[in-house]
Amino acid sequence: MGSDREHAGGPHGLGRSRTAVAAERVIEALIRICGFSAIFFVFSIFLFVLLSGSDFIVHRLDLREFLFSAEWVPTSVSNKRYGTLALTLGTFSVTGLAMLIAVPFGLGAAIFVSEFTDGKVKEVLKVVIELLAAIPSVVWGFVGLVIMNPLIIAIFDAPIGLNVLNGGILLGLMSVPIIVSIGEDAIKAVPDSYREASMAMGATRWQTTVHVLLPAARSGLLAAVLLGVGRAIGETIAVLMATGHAVQIPHSPLDSVRTLTATIASELGETARGSDHYQALFTIGILLFVLTFVVNLSADLIVRGVRGEQR
Amino acid sequence: MDGKRIKGGARAAALIGTLCLVWACSGGDSGRVLLQNKGSDTLVNLAQAWAENYRAVKPAVAIAVSGGGSGTGIAALINGTVDIANASREMHPEEKEQVSARNGKDATEHRVARDAIVVYVSKDNPLDKIKLADLACIYAEDGTCQTWTSLGVEVPGCADQKIIRVSRQSNSGTYEFFRDAVLGKGKDFKLGSRDMQGSKDVVDLVSKTPCAIGYSGMGYITSDVKVLCLAKDASSPCVAPTPESARSGQYPLSRWLYMLTLGDPQGEVKGYLDWILSPAGQKIVVDSGFVPVN
Repeated sequence: MGSDREHAGGPHGLGRSRTAVAAERVIEALIRICGFSAIFFVFSIFLFVLLSGSDFIVHRLDLREFLFSAEWVPTSVSNKRYGTLALTLGTFSVTGLAMLIAVPFGLGAAIFVSEFTDGKVKEVLKVVIELLAAIPSVVWGFVGLVIMNPLIIAIFDAPIGLNVLNGGILLGLMSVPIIVSIGEDAIKAVPDSYREASMAMGATRWQTTVHVLLPAARSGLLAAVLLGVGRAIGETIAVLMATGHAVQIPHSPLDSVRTLTATIASELGETARGSDHYQALFTIGILLFVLTFVVNLSADLIVRGVRGEQR
Repeated sequence: MDGKRIKGGARAAALIGTLCLVWACSGGDSGRVLLQNKGSDTLVNLAQAWAENYRAVKPAVAIAVSGGGSGTGIAALINGTVDIANASREMHPEEKEQVSARNGKDATEHRVARDAIVVYVSKDNPLDKIKLADLACIYAEDGTCQTWTSLGVEVPGCADQKIIRVSRQSNSGTYEFFRDAVLGKGKDFKLGSRDMQGSKDVVDLVSKTPCAIGYSGMGYITSDVKVLCLAKDASSPCVAPTPESARSGQYPLSRWLYMLTLGDPQGEVKGYLDWILSPAGQKIVVDSGFVPVN
């Protein structure tokens, strides 16, 4: 650190006025603050969420009820219950279905864009796929409510179209752009020498992709999928509108569910600040934080793995 | 280098100048009074209509209306962020205590309109009337009515004749009123109902779902759903939700709609509430599909 500054003030800094040197130091400090601020924000948000729920967690949280009971009745007059199992399973079922849809489509599109197209088609595809990411989630939710609901009732003869299937399809489509753009980067990052060597051995383009590029880009592709998962777990308003918002453990894709995020979104505004219900919602926030943290951390570690391999 | 610094300095000055200008503009509106009005989703359309019409009566007063549910409005009143909270239920005793404790003033409830909670099903449903006990059987935690056939009807286009319960999110005054009036005090809804964020969403979903049953304030009824006639018990006749039956209390699920203020209303808030209760304000109640106070 100190040696850096000496270096900066060395041969280049000879003719500089004192103010210029001081300005440089200020700018240096500012940039450092910018860098550290990200860490600061993440930790203060975590701390805020933790502290907001702390009283409930310490005094009234029955961890077994919280994690393993399916009964979420926070506004009951006689018997308040704070069980999140149905909500957690709601989140997992919608996210799982979304990934069943998004992974094949996303990775397929990534492979196609990076290996099988060129020029105009590639540019158009990339722009359109990124446009998919630009659609606001409330618009997706609207599509789920107005278009998919009657469609699912008509096609599957279901009693209601706001369910896991509806939310899963929407979330899948929302995750596809992330998986495509990161997956494409991962495949593109495989050195051309791999492709050339494979072609020289007489492999076709498809054989090269399946047997050489995909294994080589494996960890990058996994990271793409995990980031897609993170997107899906965290999504709120689209699933709130499309899943039916019903507290129950789903037994089929045609059952309505409620997710962790949607519960916070719909209930936090109502609760008196500091009440048990308020703090229980923050405890859900912590649960959600832990879930997404695990997903993002594993994605990050895997990406690091990719960089390490390529060095 | 010096030139560059001057340029940079000028740019910074310009930036600061712009910021000051924006600040001044946003703060320079002191001639107008802005009242914050928030709460009940049942009341939100009516409150919006009042606010819009009041602009012609008193242009110097602007009223910002938002929904979110009765609980949301009362929470905002407790936190002191609104001038008037809308509620479709009475305040709980602990909410009143919180208002007094936080603000040093008691909350005052003003009855501004009367409403009936309407129960409706999809247009294809052959059901015309329903007893309160049957509603409890459908919605209550210990209720056993799962299918339309158990109520003696067959709904065309409804898979397995399964009753799809459409309800409201738990901060809704309509939700609490329905719970206390239909299920009974201290009872809870059966989990697994579709909890919609607004009255309009309930009507929309029921109109598109043959299996569904739902409830909301009478101001939200459209011709896309079928309104049920309600009977208090097996021996009493069923009553349709009309302005007359809501006013007389003959309709089993009629209630008051409230506006809440901190202490006795003063100044512009008082002016606004007086106008709402005047014939001009109450005419808008009728136009919005609710029942006037008198």
